[in-house]
Amino acid sequence: MADLTRLTAAETAARVASGDVSAVEVAQAHLDRIAEVDGKVHAFLHVDAEGALAAAKAVDDRRAKGDRLGPLAGVPLALKDVFTTKGVPTTCGSKILEGWVPPYDATVTAKLREAGVVILGKTNMDEFAMGSSTENSAYGPTHNPWDLTRIPGGSGGGSAAALAAFEAPLAIGTDTGGSIRQPGAVTGTVGVKPTYGGVSRYGLVAFSSSLDQAGPCARTVLDAALLHATIAGHDPKDSTSIDAPVPDVVGAARSGDVRGLRVGVVKEFGGEGYQPGVEQRFREAVELLRELGAEVVEISCPHFTYAMPAYYLIAPSEASSNLARFDAMRYGLRVGDNGDRSAEEVMSLTREAGFGPEVKRRIMLGTYALSSGYYDAYYGQAQKVRTLIARDFDAAFAQVDVLVSPTTPTTAFPIGERADDPMAMYLADLCTIPSNLAGNAAMSLPCGLAPEDGLPVGLQIIAPTMADDRLYKVGAAVEAGFLAKWGAPLLDQAPAL
Amino acid sequence: MSSTTDLMSYEDALASFDPVMGLEVHVELGTNTKMFCGCSTEFGGEPNSQVCPTCLGLPGALPVVNRTAVESAIRIGLALNCDIAEWCRFARKNYFYPDMPKNFQTSQYDEPIAFGGYLDVEVQGKTYRVGIERAHMEEDTGKSTHVGGATGRIHGADYSLLDYNRCGIPLIEIVTKPIEGAGELAPEIAKAYVAELRDLIKALGVSEARMELGQMRCDANLSLRPHGREKFGTRSETKNVNSLRSVERAIRFEIQRHATVLSEGGTIVQETRHFHEDDGTTTSGRVKEEAEDYRYFPEPDLVPVAPSREWVEELRATLPEKPSARRKRLQAEWGVSDFDMQSVVNAGAVDAIVDTVAAGADSDAARKWWLGELARNANERGVEVTALPITPAQVARVAALVKAGELNDKLARQVIEGVLAGEGDPDAVVEKRGLKVVSDEGALGTAIDEAIAAQAGAVAKIQAGNLGPVGALIGAVMKATRGQADAARVRELILEKLGVS
Repeated sequence: MADLTRLTAAETAARVASGDVSAVEVAQAHLDRIAEVDGKVHAFLHVDAEGALAAAKAVDDRRAKGDRLGPLAGVPLALKDVFTTKGVPTTCGSKILEGWVPPYDATVTAKLREAGVVILGKTNMDEFAMGSSTENSAYGPTHNPWDLTRIPGGSGGGSAAALAAFEAPLAIGTDTGGSIRQPGAVTGTVGVKPTYGGVSRYGLVAFSSSLDQAGPCARTVLDAALLHATIAGHDPKDSTSIDAPVPDVVGAARSGDVRGLRVGVVKEFGGEGYQPGVEQRFREAVELLRELGAEVVEISCPHFTYAMPAYYLIAPSEASSNLARFDAMRYGLRVGDNGDRSAEEVMSLTREAGFGPEVKRRIMLGTYALSSGYYDAYYGQAQKVRTLIARDFDAAFAQVDVLVSPTTPTTAFPIGERADDPMAMYLADLCTIPSNLAGNAAMSLPCGLAPEDGLPVGLQIIAPTMADDRLYKVGAAVEAGFLAKWGAPLLDQAPAL
Repeated sequence: MSSTTDLMSYEDALASFDPVMGLEVHVELGTNTKMFCGCSTEFGGEPNSQVCPTCLGLPGALPVVNRTAVESAIRIGLALNCDIAEWCRFARKNYFYPDMPKNFQTSQYDEPIAFGGYLDVEVQGKTYRVGIERAHMEEDTGKSTHVGGATGRIHGADYSLLDYNRCGIPLIEIVTKPIEGAGELAPEIAKAYVAELRDLIKALGVSEARMELGQMRCDANLSLRPHGREKFGTRSETKNVNSLRSVERAIRFEIQRHATVLSEGGTIVQETRHFHEDDGTTTSGRVKEEAEDYRYFPEPDLVPVAPSREWVEELRATLPEKPSARRKRLQAEWGVSDFDMQSVVNAGAVDAIVDTVAAGADSDAARKWWLGELARNANERGVEVTALPITPAQVARVAALVKAGELNDKLARQVIEGVLAGEGDPDAVVEKRGLKVVSDEGALGTAIDEAIAAQAGAVAKIQAGNLGPVGALIGAVMKATRGQADAARVRELILEKLGVS
């Protein structure tokens, strides 16, 4: 039998549904793969073999009874450790939540279970999703399967690496400033940030509530669409979730086509700071779009220059409040409670010991930005920038159907290279942040390997709010176009682990 | 300063200073579920039995606004003559406290649901208009019980117990504009305002507003300024003043305390203060050297509340009769004087009397019991008359027994005493204590014969036409029957026996 870990999710689901393989066999193959390679990759913080096999068996039982299975039943998945999972540890990559076992499932978790998706475990991430390299995990970095000395992107480096290492065909990420798309780009996988409110945030441990968005990660555009359709939809438990039908992303992914479409190249995303090989592959992707029948124009989004500073005010401000609850009183880490200290002292000691430096940096930034006397100059001003960026998008989408750019300015950088330089690290999200601020949908998919280092480059496709299907329509066409050129999926070129 | 001995007298304080008040009243709404989750708001459950990921602030949990709470807030706003916001947001008020699991309170900041209204209160026959700055929605915190300290406060406690059942219960905070020009009536106006607000809230049916259960809590801000000066003085904020009487006492005490400090050349520290029910004083709480920085920002987990004008008008149409109009109507129905009506209001007995009448008593009897025996009892116990362990239906039953001649007033008082002592319903108390008017004429006859035989002098005078001494004979009979006879009937029987009727 062919290696079950090399199949796409769609193929796996079809084979499980036909009885060709059992879901338990599929799950076991992936658990074996994890056991084999995760010592090198460290994509997972927690592997739930028992839960995965039980979920797989339930799918097999349902099939045996003649139940109709959903489109992803029996497909294994790696879940970012920022979603609550009833009975399974959830740490958010932080020491402060070490040992916490949530008493409830996130809506995303519940939807996956309901769909018969087999959750293999929880993936590594930058602490509380703050970072672009997964080096900020309190549990050690994840390694990029393309080059184990390099970062897999972040914050969802664990989810992306699990896909690229064939430890799972599907993964869930969250994207606050690029945490799905940038890891997707640097690992040669597909990642989608749906429209804000498209996927419920209930049970997603908040970093920045107005920016956080859960989304699908996969190795193909169709797999991403199938996962997108599984987790999306209105949730009465999330007030910010959109109460409207989910765009037909699966239909779009099955009928990729860019003929007659107007594609805008974002003028501001290129030039200084961009790796030449990244720009080269991006130009080739734009050329491919033309060849496939799209009309390509250049579009200027003048306020995108201010997206990064605005983001680093809004996200830390919300984070400073969201992370206030980690106070050692009810769950997670408790340090220094010797019976003599006050609740306030124990809280301080716990937060000192439990949060890593990047989290502390952002809590301080955010606390400052919200302070009386500074609020208007910082948080207030950043919200105005946010409005201007949304207007830039509105103006752009009045002229074009989608925008494209490189997903991230460089390929995967070496572990440790930017660890002590937060500003350099923040630049990794330069092209992804505007869509978080404006709330619209965006995708990253592979567009080749940079000639200078042989590492994956990502193409970002950006669509208007609630037009997530457009990402898949364009993405599927680009994916097919590249496959025709390359003769095989990009990941086939990744080194054996 | 906690002793009252070195305080300036109230009169002297008012001779030099004008008080300025600001009252912040929190009302727990009587919704079935909490402000942002589906947990029950039922009072008195096992600690931490009415909680979920949202009200416990567990990582990942999110709030959803309770529509009924918004509706209640709008109705309160309308009843207070406020404008209702067309669009408003919740905001996070960030501060650390163990009974608040998210370490921020979801509240409203610069966009309250209702603003710019007023409430008229009557004090000593005059109407005083209290301006309403705003009414906003927020969630209650959990309840801390600090164990082991002398004061029951967190400082000095050995440990604290936390009950999150209350956490997330919807609150409306109603904030007045500065109340100026009240002069010596300030304490009474404060009390009248809180009473009027409570009646309004109850009339709206949005909360039972029982202060003794913490369903309505008042923070009283006070500052003084010398007569003629416009600028406000430094204020103190006395927290959690939880009865009408305490509101009056706290304001009065703070006026005297501020005046004493100021006239000795001292300065008032801006701080919160605790009120002590036992001696009516306040003591320093937390010093607010600078205004605490709560780092308010719009709550990103909730969408704005934008009540349509149609909905607001629909709600306006459901507003009940205003308490002041209702009092005027009741006064007319009961046929009582302004003075008597004011006594009813002051005793906080309007609703009790209404309910007693509804249970079948006539209004005179209802008024008599609530303002007499029951008010006296409440006063002795130091509680509101409505907090007594007797229901309007029970009072109505007592009144009915009196009307039927089965009890006289003296016996009725004993029945009420029995009910208050937890001996059961009036009928059960009558039964247990054997409190029935003696109407057995045989038994009465014996007592009367004995009295006539014992007081020959009185009998002779009566038979000679001087009815004065009849009272002495009646007294003897009542004594012999331990008060259980109907005095009017005894008089009839005596006169009959002596042949003077």
